[in-house]
Amino acid sequence: MAIDTLSPKPEPVIADPGRANPARWLVVAIPYLWLLLFFAAPFFIIAKISLSDTAIAMPPYTPVFEGFGKFGEFFSQLDFENYEFLASDSLYIKSYLNSLRIAAISTVLLLLIGYPMALAMARAKTSIRPILVMLVILPFWTSFLIRVYAWIGILKPEGLLTLLFQSIGLMGPDEQVQILRTDYAVFIGIVYSYLPFMVLPLYAALEKLDNTLLEAASDLGCPPWKAFWRITFPLSLPGVIAGSLICFIPITGEFVIPDLLGGADTLMIGKTLWTEFFNNRDWPLASAIAVILLAVLVIPIAYFQNQQQKAG
Amino acid sequence: MKNSRFDATVLTLGFAFLYIPIIILVIYSFNASRLVTVWGGFSLTWYQQMWSNQGLMDAAWVTARVAVISATIATVLGTLAALTLVRFRKIPGRLLFSGMIYAPLVMPEVITGLSLLLLFVSLNVDRGFWTVIIAHTTFSMCYVAIVVQSRLLTFDRSLEEAALDLGCPPVKTFFRITLPLILPAVLAGWMLAFTLSLDDLVIASFNTGPGATTLPIKIYSQVRLGVTPEINAICTILIGLVAIGVIAASLATKRSELRRQRDEHAAAQG
Repeated sequence: MAIDTLSPKPEPVIADPGRANPARWLVVAIPYLWLLLFFAAPFFIIAKISLSDTAIAMPPYTPVFEGFGKFGEFFSQLDFENYEFLASDSLYIKSYLNSLRIAAISTVLLLLIGYPMALAMARAKTSIRPILVMLVILPFWTSFLIRVYAWIGILKPEGLLTLLFQSIGLMGPDEQVQILRTDYAVFIGIVYSYLPFMVLPLYAALEKLDNTLLEAASDLGCPPWKAFWRITFPLSLPGVIAGSLICFIPITGEFVIPDLLGGADTLMIGKTLWTEFFNNRDWPLASAIAVILLAVLVIPIAYFQNQQQKAG
Repeated sequence: MKNSRFDATVLTLGFAFLYIPIIILVIYSFNASRLVTVWGGFSLTWYQQMWSNQGLMDAAWVTARVAVISATIATVLGTLAALTLVRFRKIPGRLLFSGMIYAPLVMPEVITGLSLLLLFVSLNVDRGFWTVIIAHTTFSMCYVAIVVQSRLLTFDRSLEEAALDLGCPPVKTFFRITLPLILPAVLAGWMLAFTLSLDDLVIASFNTGPGATTLPIKIYSQVRLGVTPEINAICTILIGLVAIGVIAASLATKRSELRRQRDEHAAAQG
C-alpha cells in the first residue's frame, strides 16, 4: 500500500556488490521498459489523437501521423478543433468544474469521517489495533462495483431506507426517499468507497505520534482540545495530505459511482468521457477530454509523487 | 475516560457504515422474493439461476484466468521494480521511473484505460484476452512494487552481505536469501494484484474485445438493466472467496511470524 511508504526510513548507502552483474541491468530494464511502453508511451498517443479528426471507420479517427516520411503533412493535419469544441460547449466546462466540486466536497467529508476513526484506532489498545486495521482494509478487498451496487438496493425509492423510515414512523406509508439518482447518492457512494483510502494514511501518521508530548501538554495545564489543535493535528498533517490526495485525484475522474448512483444531471468528467467514447464513438474528442483532465490533475499528481518520493 | 467512550462510538458507527451495506447484500441473495424490500423466505433460487446463466459463468472463467495470469506477471515485474527503487538508487532516469510507479496509483482509470487502448490500436493489436491482461498487469505491478518496497526498506541486509562475502553469486543470493525473506510481502502483493484485476471495470471495458467479457463488465451491464437477486448471489460468492483468501493469508503470515519468533528464541538460547 502507498500508505506504508509514508514513514521515512533512510536506507544506509552500502556499496552494491552486484554492481558489475548483468542480472542487475535486467532487474532495472524489465520493469522500466514495460512501464515506458504501456504507461508513458500511451500519453503521447492520446495527445496525438486528441489533435486528429473523427472518421467513421475502425479505428474511428483519421490518423495524423503515418511514418516519418510525411513529416510536413503531419503538421498540416494537426488542429485544435477538438479543444475548441470543448471550450465552446458549456457542457464540458461544467463537467470539469462539477467533478472538481464533487471531489473537493467528498474529500472534506472523508476527512471529517475518517479522522475521528483513525484517531480512535490510534488510541485503541496495541493488541486490538491490527484487528481494527484489518477491519478497515477488508471492505477494500471486496469489489468496488459490488459495494456501489449494494447502495442501489438501499437508496432506491422502494428500497430499504424507505422501509426503515416508514417502519420507525419518520415517513408515511406513501412517502419514499428520493436519494438515488441525485448528487447525495454520489457523495454517499464516494465516501463509502474511498473511506479506507483516507483512514489508513491518517492512522499511519497518528499511530507514530509520541504520547509523551500530549502528557507534557496536559501536565502544563493545556486543555485536551487545545492540545489536539496544537500537537496532534499538526503532527498528523502528512497523513492528512496523503489521504486527501489519494482520494481527491481518482474521485475527480470517477466513472462508476456517478454513473450508477447519480442522476442524468450529475455531470462528472469521467462519465462525459465514457459517453463520448462508448456511445458517441468520438475517440479524438474523448482523448482531448482526457488530456485536459490530466492537465487539471497534473499539479496534485506531481505533489503526490513528491511526497511519496520523500517517503520512499 | 471520556476519550474511550467517544472512540468506541466513532469506531462502532464507522464500521457499521462500512459493513451494513455488504451484510444486507449477502442476506438478500438468499431471499426467495424478487423484490428487495419483501422478505419471501430463505431460498437458493438465485444461486441456481446464476449457475445456469452461461454468460455469467463464461465471464467468471475469463475473469479468473485474467486475474491469475496478470497477478503473476505483475508480481514478478513489481518485485523487480521494488528492487530497482530500493537497491539501485543511482540509475539514470530514476525520477521518471519512480514517477511511473506512483502515478498509476492515483491516475483516474478512464485516462489509463483510454490511453492504453489507443496504444493497442496504433500498434494494430487486436483487443481481447491478452490486452486486458497487459492493462491489468501495468497498473497492478505498481501496487506490488509499493508493497514489496516497504518490506525491502525495513530489511536487514546483513544476511545477504554474509552470503555475498562467502562467495555466493548475487542471483543465487537473491533466490536463497532475499526472496524467502520478502516472500510474505510478495505474496501480499500477488493477492492485491489478483483482487485489483478481479475488481476492475473501467480499464477492462476499454481494452477488452470479443470473447473476453470479464465478470465486472457483465455485472455492470446487468446492473444497468436493474437490480436482480442473481447479482446478489454472484456478489456473495465473490465476497466469500475474498474473505476466505484474506483470512487464510493472515493466518499463514501469523503462523510464519510465530515460527520465526520461535526460531529466533531458540537461536538466542543457543
